[in-house]
Amino acid sequence: MKAFTYQRADSVTQAATAATKPGAKIIAGGTNLLDLMKLQVETPSQLIDINRLPLDKIEETPEGGLRIGTMVRNSDLAADPRVRQRYGVLSRALLAGASAQLRNKATTGGNLLQRTRCYYFYDVTKPCNKRSPGSGCAALAGFNRIHAILGASDHCIATHPSDMAVAMRALDAKVETVNRQGETTVIPIAKFHRLPGNTPEIETSLKPGEIITAVTLPPPPPGVQVYRKVRDRASYAFALVSVAAIVDSTRGRIRSARLAFGGLAHKPWRVEQAEQRLANASANTASFNAAANAVLEGARGFGGNDFKLPLTRRTLHSVMAETTRT
Amino acid sequence: MDEHESNSEPDAPNTFEVTRRTVIETGATALLLTTLPRAALAAGAIDDNEPLPPPVKVELQINGQPHSLTLDPRTTLLDALREHLALTGSKKGCDHGQCGACTVLIDGRRINSCLTLAAMHDGHAITTIEGLAWGDDLHPLQTAFVEHDGFQCGYCTSGQICSAVGMLAESQQGMPSYVTDDLTQPAAELTDAEIRERMSGNICRCAAYPNIVAAIKQAAGMPT
Repeated sequence: MKAFTYQRADSVTQAATAATKPGAKIIAGGTNLLDLMKLQVETPSQLIDINRLPLDKIEETPEGGLRIGTMVRNSDLAADPRVRQRYGVLSRALLAGASAQLRNKATTGGNLLQRTRCYYFYDVTKPCNKRSPGSGCAALAGFNRIHAILGASDHCIATHPSDMAVAMRALDAKVETVNRQGETTVIPIAKFHRLPGNTPEIETSLKPGEIITAVTLPPPPPGVQVYRKVRDRASYAFALVSVAAIVDSTRGRIRSARLAFGGLAHKPWRVEQAEQRLANASANTASFNAAANAVLEGARGFGGNDFKLPLTRRTLHSVMAETTRT
Repeated sequence: MDEHESNSEPDAPNTFEVTRRTVIETGATALLLTTLPRAALAAGAIDDNEPLPPPVKVELQINGQPHSLTLDPRTTLLDALREHLALTGSKKGCDHGQCGACTVLIDGRRINSCLTLAAMHDGHAITTIEGLAWGDDLHPLQTAFVEHDGFQCGYCTSGQICSAVGMLAESQQGMPSYVTDDLTQPAAELTDAEIRERMSGNICRCAAYPNIVAAIKQAAGMPT
């Protein structure tokens, strides 16, 4: 690990001010940042610890939603009775991620900001445009079993590893931030994560010194909520494909469906046209296929991850069948 | 000029020849490594020439005992325990939060001590495997692991036991898991599947899993 100075923040604006300095990084749970620092993938010269800031509450909003403080731990968010009752897809997605020890430490904001698990991003001896812009992408012609089939570029085919963010995408969550002037910005989660393009090192729309303070959830949409995660082990593994689904249907007739996918792209993947094809349709193979076609529009495998195309289709079918059963 | 770099000189010994100086230098390096504080080695190689940042003062309450430490900011909680306080019960397996051997309890909650900085836990109460027994009276989970042979090599065991202490507390508080059928119900019954899912952050290379599950069930007062 490279040497760094350690500072505890007394306020959000103080943390934001400190974070604008080159080489400065905010540390919250630290479960991803310290992992990367040990490998010298991340080499901050200054760490600003925000663990003591009072940003760990879950509150009701006047609109009937929830406002989740950025420091709420993943385990506490998953176990919150309001989340379990009204946002089951979020609770289940959180519980699908990492291990209990990591969830006890990992935070809401940190989960959104976690970096890809691409093998070549982690290996500092290999080219990686995300870690070292301009060096190339070793995954394109390398082992790319876990990589993106949608929204990738010639510069980067990494995926975003979060389960939580996929559920938040289906729920249309909003990310609240504060900058060093104390100004609040609200970013829809659809606009929070970016596609790699030719700047894969820029992963979010956050500006330097802009700190996540909360994530707000609108009132829960009607329907059954399901999070399905397909992975190499039954537990404690990242998603190959995951689906956060919120489906409102009666007797085989779909009123509305929301489907967000994990494991497929540099950000949680949601396709409006796929949901339109399901709205007011009969729940059957034809409508599920039509939706899958829309989700996989422009999808492309890179060899090792070709299996993700049929796997996405099958997972969509399975989740739609499950959520429209009654 | 160092004779190892003097290939151009006609009298220079072969680069690969083991000279007396090589032996002495190697010996000196080995001596230096053994006399360096173990903590310095644990912190990893220092490969930049910048001056070291100021150390941080940390007060930790470990197994009921207060400890004052002055640490390099890089020191993980695991290295603080093992290298500065000689509490070597918490093990370093992967050092990346993947194996669970370093699991400790902070204010009763289990975490991976390898993936957190000691400085982040100033003032916190930490329980390690060394703090579970009362004198010679083992913690019920320790007894159960012995009775059910919940280990083979034993390297993961302290992490497994600390993790199980935290897991049973989480279960009693009604926290759900990924395999909990109905998330809207306040408490999930602790089935074998629940125990396995909730303990998935602790890897056992000897695969003592069936016995670990049995030990946890005994400690939880369930039929085994």
